[in-house]
Amino acid sequence: MKAVDNLLGKVRPAFEKGGKLEKYWPMYDALETFAFVPDHTTKTGAHVRDAIDMKRTMFLVILAMVPALLFGVYNLGYQHFAAMGVDATFLEMALFGFGKLIPLIIVSYGVGLGIEFIFCIKKGHAIYEGFLVSGMLIPLIMPVDVPLWMVGVATAFSVIFVKEVFGGTGMNILNVALTARAFIFFAYPTEMSGNKVWISTTGDRTPVDGYTGETLLGQAVEKGAAFTDVTGQAYASAADSFMASFIGLIPGSIGETSALAILIGAAMLIFTGVASWRIILWGILGGAVMGFIFNLIGPAYFPENLYLQVPWWQQLVMGGFLFGVVFMATDPVSAAQTTRGKVIYGFLIGLLGILIRVVNPAYPEGIMMAILFMNVMAPTVDHYVVQGNINKRLKRFKTVKAA
Amino acid sequence: MSKAVKVKKGLDIKLVGQAEQKVSPAGNSEIYALQPDDFFGVVPKLTVKEGAEVEAGSPLFFDKQREDVLFVSPVSGEVVEIMRGAKRKILAVKVLADKEIKYKSFPTWSKSSQDRDGLVKLLQESGLWPFVKQRPYGVIANPEDTPRDIYVSTYDSSPLAPDTAFSVGEEKAHFQTGMDALNLLSGGEVHMGVKKGETFFDDIEGVVKHTVSGPHPAGNVGVLIHHTNPINKGEIVWTVNPLDVVMIGRCLTSGKFDAKRTIALTGSETKAPQYYTTRIGALTKSVTDGKLKEGNVRIISGNVLTGAKTEPEGFLGFYSTQMTVIPEGDQKKFMITEGWLSPGLDKFSLSKAYPSWLFPKKRYKLDTNLNGEQRAFVVTGELEQVFPFDIYPMQLIKAIMINDIDSMEKLGIYEVDAEDFALCEFVCTSKINIQDVVRQGLADMKKEFAA
Repeated sequence: MKAVDNLLGKVRPAFEKGGKLEKYWPMYDALETFAFVPDHTTKTGAHVRDAIDMKRTMFLVILAMVPALLFGVYNLGYQHFAAMGVDATFLEMALFGFGKLIPLIIVSYGVGLGIEFIFCIKKGHAIYEGFLVSGMLIPLIMPVDVPLWMVGVATAFSVIFVKEVFGGTGMNILNVALTARAFIFFAYPTEMSGNKVWISTTGDRTPVDGYTGETLLGQAVEKGAAFTDVTGQAYASAADSFMASFIGLIPGSIGETSALAILIGAAMLIFTGVASWRIILWGILGGAVMGFIFNLIGPAYFPENLYLQVPWWQQLVMGGFLFGVVFMATDPVSAAQTTRGKVIYGFLIGLLGILIRVVNPAYPEGIMMAILFMNVMAPTVDHYVVQGNINKRLKRFKTVKAA
Repeated sequence: MSKAVKVKKGLDIKLVGQAEQKVSPAGNSEIYALQPDDFFGVVPKLTVKEGAEVEAGSPLFFDKQREDVLFVSPVSGEVVEIMRGAKRKILAVKVLADKEIKYKSFPTWSKSSQDRDGLVKLLQESGLWPFVKQRPYGVIANPEDTPRDIYVSTYDSSPLAPDTAFSVGEEKAHFQTGMDALNLLSGGEVHMGVKKGETFFDDIEGVVKHTVSGPHPAGNVGVLIHHTNPINKGEIVWTVNPLDVVMIGRCLTSGKFDAKRTIALTGSETKAPQYYTTRIGALTKSVTDGKLKEGNVRIISGNVLTGAKTEPEGFLGFYSTQMTVIPEGDQKKFMITEGWLSPGLDKFSLSKAYPSWLFPKKRYKLDTNLNGEQRAFVVTGELEQVFPFDIYPMQLIKAIMINDIDSMEKLGIYEVDAEDFALCEFVCTSKINIQDVVRQGLADMKKEFAA
């Protein structure tokens, strides 16, 4: 640590005012404050401060993503070798997964942080930590074989147009990672939807007979809850298919498949107080309620749409629903900010997520649209919550005046 | 209508260095000083020049906007220095104290006198008026107003706070006299907040008592007001600190400005934290000399959340009832060993981001490091956990930041003072100096309605 300190001390003068690289001070600052909590002391106000800072907060979010990430890595390999009908060892599966995921992470961080650095150097302010989380989320919500240049373009679009133009971290109007996904979804739909993209089938092997590559969401559109696994074998029971999606051995975006891993992350986020338990809990409730309503009215009124008949508890563990509710909806900047607002916001995300998924065949995954829509609506939700507080105060004022 | 105020939201910052219940006289202070910065919103206009002889109770300066509000010398002696800062701003008026203090004599007052105007005038002349503060704005009260109510909170819930009952000690009679005077001043009641279970104040008469329980800021007078009868637009409420009530009672009884005060010397860097008797404006070192541990420390006049930084050559604040000494945190912390990646068993946090939650009873030795860098607001919901008001703290702070007077009013700025936001500032992940923001907002509001 002394060595790091000395090294930083040596190059510091070049970045300081009057130095050759003065313009690049934010880069130096980012590095130094990454390695060392700076010696800043309190100047005004409270003399002692809480130990938490933005770096710890963001680090905890990344830590919470690790179970989903690791499972995603394993599942990439598992799905691939299962589709090819090849027996592979755990190590082979994991290596295959890492080989797919690491380039995505590099591109996402490289492009995102690069843009962030450029903007901060231009504006001359410190580099904020926000993208550390976004940059890890982006790879986890991508299909496995999405072209890297698309990830780069989508990341650039998202960072520039929903974050930097509004003032950087803390000012973004939408969730940055989700916008990157939405960008690819609309700009290059063939890479983000359909049956061909969720399992890596590249290489010289060919898939087994019966392989379709469909996600459970895709299957549900045509066949309702009669799910099959990756080789086309039907699951023995609803409990079996539920367990497969709960554990996560199903095709899907890299990090979204395992409900178990995501719930472990959710527990960490809630326990440490980093994410709002209200948004997560009410999001899941909202999804359950919508799924339950569909279960009730489906057979009677819309017998031709089998999707309605997928049991509500199955809906919750399919697709990106949980991943979205836990890691995307809880982004504090784009979410509702008031306590009551968070309840409404979370509930509507769950509700709309399942609604869009089931009713609109064009969007087999509804949670992305639901979160982005509620990101836009969050300030309105907050406005009415705060207005309630204001009205209460006004009413009190009027009663006093009248008395 | 006495009420039991139970506060749920808040946070007790458990620090090392609680004062032992033992009083000793503080060391001799050669110089005493009044510091205009103690008085929010006051523009000082001097009435003395360097070299002038003053008595205890002689005015040193007055408020330019309200010339009747006098700020008087706590001791007799010679005005030795008028310390000025940038733009010739007055930082301190220093008086070299006589060996034997000569008091300017004022008329005495007792409960039998019901002449309110006379009492107001007497309080102003004898330099006691600045102890009376008002809400909204958290400034010294306007003598021309009649407040809706007067509030006194005897429960100091802030970190390492002195025990008010112990500090008042044998001067309970003066406390009663002070309360009687406030009763005459108040347009309504005098409300007194008492810590639940505290019996010391049971025999105080003529006041409405409320029991208060819960974590800090439960003892803040703002919380008491909010939970008993919140301030509406146009209403004025006065507040007085309990030890200042004693001071008022003592001075009205004796007819002299006797600035004696019992304060607590606290904090992890004191050798033996305990109580000391001294006077307002005494030299810091007269209290701290020989009583601090070695090392680079910060001496705070007041508590760690709202106090003012001072030096050994600095002075005890006008309203301070304690001094806190904690280590300075001006060292870099390597991320893995001490920083944001460290296990951090010794790091105190509202969140459970560090595993120190495993030891809920542990007391901490916190330093003055900011523990991070300033950022834009990102995390939401944390301020609300330590802010026991029916007010949206983040929305109010943002309204102040953009100087939106209308929204500030609607969101309830009349009910709060900067000290009520001290814990918000403590817990803020983005390290925003929230108390400064709130003070700015109060100043803006006051200016807006000054006409």
